Amino acid sequence: MLALRTEGLTKEYSIGFWRKRPYVALDHLTMEVEQGEVFGFLGPNGAGKTTTLKLLMQLIYPTSGGAWILGKPAGDLGVKCRIGYLPEHPYFYDYLTAEELLTYFASLFGIQGGARRARVAAVLDEVGIGAERRMQLRQYSKGMVQRVGIAQAILNEPELVFFDEPMSGLDPLGRREMRHLMLRLRDRGCTVFFSSHILADAEALCSRVAILAGGKKVADGKLTDILAFELRGWELVVANVTPAWLGRLKERATGVVELAPGRFTLELPPVSPEPTIAALTEAGATIVSLNPIRDTLEDFFVRHVASAPRRHSEV
Amino acid sequence: MGQIWNIARGVFKESVRDRVPYSLVLFAVLLMAASYLISQLTAGQDLKIIKDLGLASISVIGLLIAIFIGIGLVSKEVERRSIYSLLSKPISRTAFILGKFAGLVMTLVVNVGAMTVAFYAVLAYMNWMAEPALRAAWEAPAMDVRLTIPIALSLAQLTMVTAIALFFSTFSSPLLSALFTLGVWTAGHFNADLRNFENVLDSPVAVYVARTLYYLLPNFAPFDVKAQVVHGEGVSAAHVVLMLAYAAVYVGALLSAAVAIFRRRDFK
Repeated sequence: MLALRTEGLTKEYSIGFWRKRPYVALDHLTMEVEQGEVFGFLGPNGAGKTTTLKLLMQLIYPTSGGAWILGKPAGDLGVKCRIGYLPEHPYFYDYLTAEELLTYFASLFGIQGGARRARVAAVLDEVGIGAERRMQLRQYSKGMVQRVGIAQAILNEPELVFFDEPMSGLDPLGRREMRHLMLRLRDRGCTVFFSSHILADAEALCSRVAILAGGKKVADGKLTDILAFELRGWELVVANVTPAWLGRLKERATGVVELAPGRFTLELPPVSPEPTIAALTEAGATIVSLNPIRDTLEDFFVRHVASAPRRHSEV
Repeated sequence: MGQIWNIARGVFKESVRDRVPYSLVLFAVLLMAASYLISQLTAGQDLKIIKDLGLASISVIGLLIAIFIGIGLVSKEVERRSIYSLLSKPISRTAFILGKFAGLVMTLVVNVGAMTVAFYAVLAYMNWMAEPALRAAWEAPAMDVRLTIPIALSLAQLTMVTAIALFFSTFSSPLLSALFTLGVWTAGHFNADLRNFENVLDSPVAVYVARTLYYLLPNFAPFDVKAQVVHGEGVSAAHVVLMLAYAAVYVGALLSAAVAIFRRRDFK
């Protein structure tokens, strides 16, 4: 069974005060998320990520298409018992303490009595909220509210958790902890679906990603497939290169940087580097290292997103 | 049912944290201060004034609580986006609306109950202080149990106001909801006049509009039996039952409409 499946999921809004005109926030999104994976849902601001998550949570209703979570239609109350959701920039009742808020949410999941106390304490420990758990949320910093948001999303030990920009508001330490938490959740068998525009997080965590731009999916697949496909060239470090060879190297390479006398870094085009290596070895040069230059996710992202129409704001 | 109760408890807790009960302390202090002053200034009429003042204060403070908490019940959740995490939990939108309503009614019952206790405490003090001759001159005893009738009807009316505020709150901002609710509250007191419009209006369209408004707007006037009770007159059980049934039907219709609107709503 798939953790998540969407088929032609579309959301249109009417914008404008007098003359209403349609605005397509999400355009026929079809995707699948396997159980047990960490899935990155990437895109710039206004791409339609939050719209998708709201559609999955049934906070908004689709214009057309559908979504199925854990095999059931999105919005099914039984499924909601098995999932967690962290909204973007979460806000909670600030007159409650973190402990009270989570106790309230736990009661909505039907967790009662001693089990509820234990579960609330465990998730607050897990997200690193210590003695502050007895303080009202109005006294919390943005990062602490984000941690409470993460805690409420994993309160019911979900099988599938949706995080909308989970790193937002967290300091570098908090982000590292969040990454560890996501991996721990995955190790426990929980599917993690998170939206982000911070690509380093996606590269560090995801087994698969989907990239959204201008309300449309522009790419999806395994990160290794997407990036392996985009080999940009080779980086070759050589030593003991004679001045006579230097001219020839400049012909073959797209870039040459001298690191030290006789020692160079060459950037070679994305074709087989073996003839160059063989020639260099024959001429008495020493091959220090050879590395493929792959696209980073950021390069991939910029290239694909740049070709999509820009939106001004996230809807 | 369990989810409605959970949401209702949340609303009650918020009202406690929002310091609503402090208004009661203020009410009790004002009432007692007023009773002391009035008993110094008037002879014979002091009890009636205290009863009038007490009953009016209960309904006015109840109205303030119903409107100012009611208008924010849904719209505040939407504006602040706290609804996002709440509706991702296993709660239906219907349970959310009914829970919010039940929570505010619970708050009103507790608040009106506490004010009633304060009111009877003042009346007990008046009774204790009064000379036997003065007591004999009163139209109704100080600790008249029938005073609970206008309070109960006031509570039924406040339940209707809560439903009205909640209804507007499902699709408009707190400010607009407050204006709409106050408008309906005011119109509800002059509802009977709409019925007489057909005697003064010639235009059939205007008569039709007036009649539609008459049936659509709540009729609050028959809920006000304060004057009768203060003067020692009884209120028939049939009237009380009829008013309670009317309130129940009106609240039911409004909640159904609120649920219907809220279930279709997109939270952008």
